[in-house]
Amino acid sequence: MSDSSRLKGRSGLAVAGAGLAVQNHFKSKDTKGRTASILFLALMLLALVVAISAIVAVLAWAFFEGRTRLDADLIFNGPSTVKRATAGYSVAILGTLQIIGGVIVLIIPLGVGAALYLEQFADKTKWWNRAIELNIQNLAGVPSIVFGILGLAFFVRGPFSWGLVAASGSATVALLVLPTVILASREAIKAVPPSILEGSLALGATRWQSVWLQVLPAAAPGMLTGVILAVSRAIGEAAPLLLVGALTFVTFAPSFFEGGFSALPVLIYNYAGRPQEEFQILAAAGVLLMLAVLIVINSFAIWLRARYEKSW
Amino acid sequence: MSSTVMSERSDRTRALRSDKPRYGEKVIFGFLFITAAVSVAVTTAIVIALFQPLPGLFQEISIVEFFTATEWSPGFLKPVYGVWPIVVGTLIVVITALIVAIPLGLLSAIYLSEYAPNAVRKTIKPVLEILEGIPTVATGLFAFFWLRPFLEYLTPWLPWGGLFSTGVAGIAVGLIIVPLIASVSDDAMRSVPRSLREGAYALGAGKMRVALRVVVPAAFSGIIAAFVLGASRAVGETMIVLLVAGAGSPSLNFNPFEGIQTMTAYIASRATGEIAVGSVVYDTIFAVGALLFVITLGMNMLAIRFVKRFREVYE
Amino acid sequence: MKKNIIAPVALAAAGLLLLSACAGAAEDTTEADGGLSGTVLLDGSSTVGPFAEAAAELFMDENPGVAVTVGISGTGGGFEKFCNGETDGSNASRGIKDEESALCADNGIEFGQITVANDALSVIVNQDNPLQCISVESLKALWELESSVTTWGEIPGLDSGDLASEDVVLYGPGTDSGTFDFFTDEINGESGNIRTDYNNIGEDDNQAVQGVSGSLGAMAFIPYSFYQEYSDTVKGLAIDGGAGCVDPTVENLLAGDYSPLGRGLYMFPASSALERPEVLAFYNFVIDQNESIASAAGLVALTADQKTEQLSVVAGLG
Repeated sequence: MSDSSRLKGRSGLAVAGAGLAVQNHFKSKDTKGRTASILFLALMLLALVVAISAIVAVLAWAFFEGRTRLDADLIFNGPSTVKRATAGYSVAILGTLQIIGGVIVLIIPLGVGAALYLEQFADKTKWWNRAIELNIQNLAGVPSIVFGILGLAFFVRGPFSWGLVAASGSATVALLVLPTVILASREAIKAVPPSILEGSLALGATRWQSVWLQVLPAAAPGMLTGVILAVSRAIGEAAPLLLVGALTFVTFAPSFFEGGFSALPVLIYNYAGRPQEEFQILAAAGVLLMLAVLIVINSFAIWLRARYEKSW
Repeated sequence: MSSTVMSERSDRTRALRSDKPRYGEKVIFGFLFITAAVSVAVTTAIVIALFQPLPGLFQEISIVEFFTATEWSPGFLKPVYGVWPIVVGTLIVVITALIVAIPLGLLSAIYLSEYAPNAVRKTIKPVLEILEGIPTVATGLFAFFWLRPFLEYLTPWLPWGGLFSTGVAGIAVGLIIVPLIASVSDDAMRSVPRSLREGAYALGAGKMRVALRVVVPAAFSGIIAAFVLGASRAVGETMIVLLVAGAGSPSLNFNPFEGIQTMTAYIASRATGEIAVGSVVYDTIFAVGALLFVITLGMNMLAIRFVKRFREVYE
Repeated sequence: MKKNIIAPVALAAAGLLLLSACAGAAEDTTEADGGLSGTVLLDGSSTVGPFAEAAAELFMDENPGVAVTVGISGTGGGFEKFCNGETDGSNASRGIKDEESALCADNGIEFGQITVANDALSVIVNQDNPLQCISVESLKALWELESSVTTWGEIPGLDSGDLASEDVVLYGPGTDSGTFDFFTDEINGESGNIRTDYNNIGEDDNQAVQGVSGSLGAMAFIPYSFYQEYSDTVKGLAIDGGAGCVDPTVENLLAGDYSPLGRGLYMFPASSALERPEVLAFYNFVIDQNESIASAAGLVALTADQKTEQLSVVAGLG
């Protein structure tokens, strides 16, 4: 809501009239802040411009540095110490795909389930339900590297003991983005008007039937957007993966529970730390590749949000 | 069994009749509860992973030294385990980040919430989110290879030292938390009831006055929550500081023009480094990790409290 | 509405999973022509890393049925995994420490030690630095823990000429690095013995080169392989270990003259792993094809004598 002059009809007239009356009485308009207002507007726009130029600058830098390696080899060749000029990211791309596959499989049931529970089934007066809510909000703010320590202690070693494999990386990243999915799904469920649920109940359906058949499909687009955004974040995470063994040189496609694995952001970090110039360029080209993928995914999510956004 | 008229008329509603006990639903309820409880399990696991090695560790090194000494030199010949140098590193990054992100974020939020026409708002919000969505390894490389030389070129009279700069790392981290601060502040401002604005407009106030004197103060706790959340995110950032702030000297250093190691960078480099796992030096990552966890937990709870207070006033 | 959205997205997700599964499967089921198949898991030093990676690649070119992975958790991290039975071989830029051998013994892991390449540390300075040579004593006086040297003129045993009043700017790796271990041990007498006010470049030796080339009074120590890559950007000092100044060249390294900063790079295969034909073949390959691997990785290969010696070591282990 930004401008009172947009009020329609009688309210608008009333407000405008009141304003004029007051101005007339005090014989002044709020011109004191005229120049200040213009400056303020300029300042705000400047802030936006700075923020957006940062995005452009990152893209421009990556393009300028990495443009010589934007070839098919980048995607289809694996890492190579020997054949540096044609080394690529194929293995890391596959590793990232596997990790994301696992992440999706985990976060959809866990995230949607938890959101449904908290919004539709939990008795909000019970202390343990409030504790669960608080807990999720806190988890959303835990640093990603702490999740790396968790992954190392519980998935690589400890109770699961999968070792330094893609599954460990996948589970670690899934837990990292889970709170975001839960929060986004909750928002999506909250946006569905209660009348939908109540109408269904009034017709004799059970609570679960109402939720499953009415509320969930209505909230689905919002939840899906949340999942996609979580996936987009998961693709870019390097820090926790460093700790569960992604910093490995792998020249073949990883299998989920065996062998070493790599991931796109980690391989970029790996290449950036090597002396040979070919690798520095490769790192920038990798950044470009990641940004391209992420822009596609985010655009898809935005399109989804816009297309299926319902006004109730 | 008594049947209502409705159920006689419609087959569908007969199928939906809920007077029979449905055990399947109880199972589903249990399943849903478990999915929610997973989050509790995750937190428990984190706490165990971080705190379990600590009793053993603090028999080898002094916990008093950990919290009071001002030199952090594990792995050196005469190691001192005082955590303050890396805490200071984190602090400098966070403060610089907030100095950058608060003006940029808040101004953007005011514009989006109070000034922007709907179409503009709908385009700009997702664009800002891109800034947040850029992988931090990319932002880190950008900041190291371009931003830092560029800033040095602009300001050669500043005492730039060495290759790393904690200040530049702070600026980069600041840039990525702008969308967070902007969107939380924007949400807070948009939740302020229309009536407050309209009252002000009715009294003849201009847009800037309404935004700055009415909306922002009204949304104040929500905005503070945004700042605290942004700061918490900055505390937890790893890749950017790893690449740009590097590792500094073991003693206390407050100079943003030099490299200083942050808590997160320490954990990442120690865990991927050459020191033997299980040694005292390696186990320091758990102590630092636990400290990090407690700090971000505290900040998040603070932010939640601010949001609650904000909601209480208006809802 | 709900059906419109779930179907295409479900399809996309299924496609994604299928793609990654297929990709994984396709690579796994490659039949080896040579007959060798299996896996070799290596982990350890990031200095030996490029060598192991090159070896893995060249070996897999000839033996497509074998999957070799190389981790770079660091010498210490590598040993820990190795002694827990998690890897087949450990790469190291130093010998195995007592506590690490003890851990291996506790877990029943027997192993051998092979030297796979010659390496060294280079002491680098800015290209415009007039110095050509530095003695070990001067280095120690400059870098050790108790050092209070701040300008080039204050370094004992050195004629710094024009540079006397220039501040000394030091770059070096962090305590996580094998290079750090080696330098402090050889020059300052004990691992970890180093002054605390140098610029810590962490793990990334690139930064040391960048720092030194940008600052007249800078000095750093980096692995020789890095110096080779950047020899036209920075100057490598000759080291006087008591027998005169020795330049950092490949010939001097191989002759063993570049002391005390010459070092060997090692691989430690597990005896149990060597019973698998693919693992034995790999380690034989590493010695046999040493020159091409070392040149691909930018390291200095074994001398002919070293090669024969190491081949017999492997034969003895396998």
